[in-house]
Amino acid sequence: MFKILKKEELAKSVKRLEVEAPDIVKNASCGQFVVVIADEKGERIPLTLADWDKDKGTITLIFQEVGFSTKKLGSFNVGDNIAHILGPLGHPTQVKKAGEVICIGGGVGIAEVYPVARAFKKAGNKVVGIIGARSKDILILEKEMKETCDELEITTDDGSYGRKGFVTDILKERLKDKPALVYAIGPVAMMKAVSEATRGPAIKTVVSLNPILVDATGMCGSCRCRVAGKTVFGCVDGPDFDGHEVDFEELQKRLNLFTQQEKQAMGLNK
Amino acid sequence: MKNSDNAKMRQQLPEERVKNFFEVALGLNEEEALKEAKRCLACKNPQCVLGCPVGVDIPAFIKLLAEGKRKEALEKIKEKNNLPAVCGRVCPQEDQCEALCVLAKKKFAINIGALERYAADLEMGQTFKPKAGPKTGIKVAIAGSGPAGLTTAADLAKMGYSVTLFESLNLPGGVLSYGIPEFRLPKKIVEREVDYIRSLGVEIKTDYLIGRTLTVKDLFGQGFKAIFLGLGAGLPQFLGIEGENLDRVYSANEFLTRLNLMKAYKFPEYATPLNIEGKVAVIGAGNVAFDCARWAMRLGKEVTLVYRRSESEMPARKDEIENAREEGLKFSLLTQPVKFISDEKGYVRAIECLKMKLGEPDASGRRRPVPVENSNFIIEANTVVVAIGQSPNPLLSKATPELKINPDGTIAVDEKLMTSIPGVFAGGDIITGADTVIKAMGAGKKAAKEIDQWLKKSR
Repeated sequence: MFKILKKEELAKSVKRLEVEAPDIVKNASCGQFVVVIADEKGERIPLTLADWDKDKGTITLIFQEVGFSTKKLGSFNVGDNIAHILGPLGHPTQVKKAGEVICIGGGVGIAEVYPVARAFKKAGNKVVGIIGARSKDILILEKEMKETCDELEITTDDGSYGRKGFVTDILKERLKDKPALVYAIGPVAMMKAVSEATRGPAIKTVVSLNPILVDATGMCGSCRCRVAGKTVFGCVDGPDFDGHEVDFEELQKRLNLFTQQEKQAMGLNK
Repeated sequence: MKNSDNAKMRQQLPEERVKNFFEVALGLNEEEALKEAKRCLACKNPQCVLGCPVGVDIPAFIKLLAEGKRKEALEKIKEKNNLPAVCGRVCPQEDQCEALCVLAKKKFAINIGALERYAADLEMGQTFKPKAGPKTGIKVAIAGSGPAGLTTAADLAKMGYSVTLFESLNLPGGVLSYGIPEFRLPKKIVEREVDYIRSLGVEIKTDYLIGRTLTVKDLFGQGFKAIFLGLGAGLPQFLGIEGENLDRVYSANEFLTRLNLMKAYKFPEYATPLNIEGKVAVIGAGNVAFDCARWAMRLGKEVTLVYRRSESEMPARKDEIENAREEGLKFSLLTQPVKFISDEKGYVRAIECLKMKLGEPDASGRRRPVPVENSNFIIEANTVVVAIGQSPNPLLSKATPELKINPDGTIAVDEKLMTSIPGVFAGGDIITGADTVIKAMGAGKKAAKEIDQWLKKSR
């Protein structure tokens, strides 16, 4: 059992939980994720580690309530226990000094890019953050990203805050500075657009994939993705991959597999 | 039943069982068990024991049963076998103990599996706590709570070691929990067997992936003096053909894990879904393939088993093949899939296949399937389960570079089951490749003995 120590609503339907998980923090690193099962009848859902505190033995999870299980998790309060958390999982992001690194987060992906940006900064890079959301009311972690990045750019789809448009609009302008690396995490369409933008100028681009998975230990193959024409397992071979090699269309199709079932679960649990 | 017949277990009728998720085999009642036990000749040199990977004293427990001493019979079995209710259900006795029974040559072998199950099921709702040896105060860690890990843990605990069993999934049991379906091995039975292991003093920690949550080095750092790796063969094999990543193409592991471990058959009461639609094709013919096919039939689907050889080469247990046939499974034999065909939304809708014929025997002794040229044909399938085998799980070996691996991905061990890291032992499918529950248990027993010897020597 994993006790919730702190709960916060970061934006509309975006929750932050600080959870007691002393054995998970020991080997935790940026870019890794955990699998969470809310209660004994719950499903296994992956959540990127948004933060962790090795001294306190806690991890921070940030998620948007979009489906049955994230809503269930969001209904938990301080003092409640999460039934199961497995992690840290996946390979840590490869962080080294490279020069200028652009870290892009879209939507709740901002929570996931935050520790990556922090690690690149700590490794001595110039870090440019570009974060985007649909609108101002669901933009998260602006303050944290501002403190971490050398420069921070913000976009909203509807123009309610920052610049109107997409993260790629700003990315394209910044590419003339020839960054050493672009790291992107967020919706599939965003990661695809980022990878397309950097393909021409041949700027190394790493994306963190979010396929559906079950065990997350390499056992079920639910998370298989096509990268460089080969099938890989997102959970154990990733989650970070070369954005120029990822088959995003296949990833998006595979993410749609349970849309119908999700609706059913939501309907029955209104 | 004629006097010479062996006691065949009663089963749920096919037309009934295919509509529920309950156990197919119903076990023996007292009268049947007594009668069967009394058929045993109590051979002076019992051959059956030689066929048992964990060396159960079969004639002795059967004699106790025949005398009406069911509890004593169970205790006799448990001297060697920590999971009798599991083995009585899923062991291939027909290839092991029962194949060597002298009665097998004359009429019918003793139904040893059914008798083991009968003895074990006495524990429904109660456990008999065995005596553990004096505590040594020495800590041993076990990674993986499948049949190998559970057995090693139990035997070491009985020797007085302080054993902690780490499991990456949310429930213990390994393949017993995620792999074998409810209708062959009810999860209540697995829970009961695991409770017995706990009652020996074994601490079970779920949600620990050794290699990630804690490394081998971390475990030694925490004071564990020896480590056993019972990681299993968890890596699903795929065909490597076009369209294999289409939606509703599942590996057997995913299909079974959703249903068995996560209880997708009770969705949405349980939150894990399974998207299964239209006609179902299961590729492969091992026990795992039949488990998938029989699950799909229980979910109301029309199911075809696609296999590249003929029925006589099928690796599955004969009984399970027969059970599946009775339940309405269709077969497309001598059939090799070459491509999965997509609908307009990215879901599988059909499989393009080739007809095969049998050629010369291959390394396994079975006749090799050879494609018939230009024999391409289509099997309609809206859901596909690929059940062509599992390989050793590579996660821990990748995370532990000092651990020596064989070319086939199995962990290299010496004759004492010790790996290239002193104090780290391995056994079960992770050293042999996918095999049976009982062979993994055999390896677990041997590992416990070797670990004990090694710890005594290095103290």
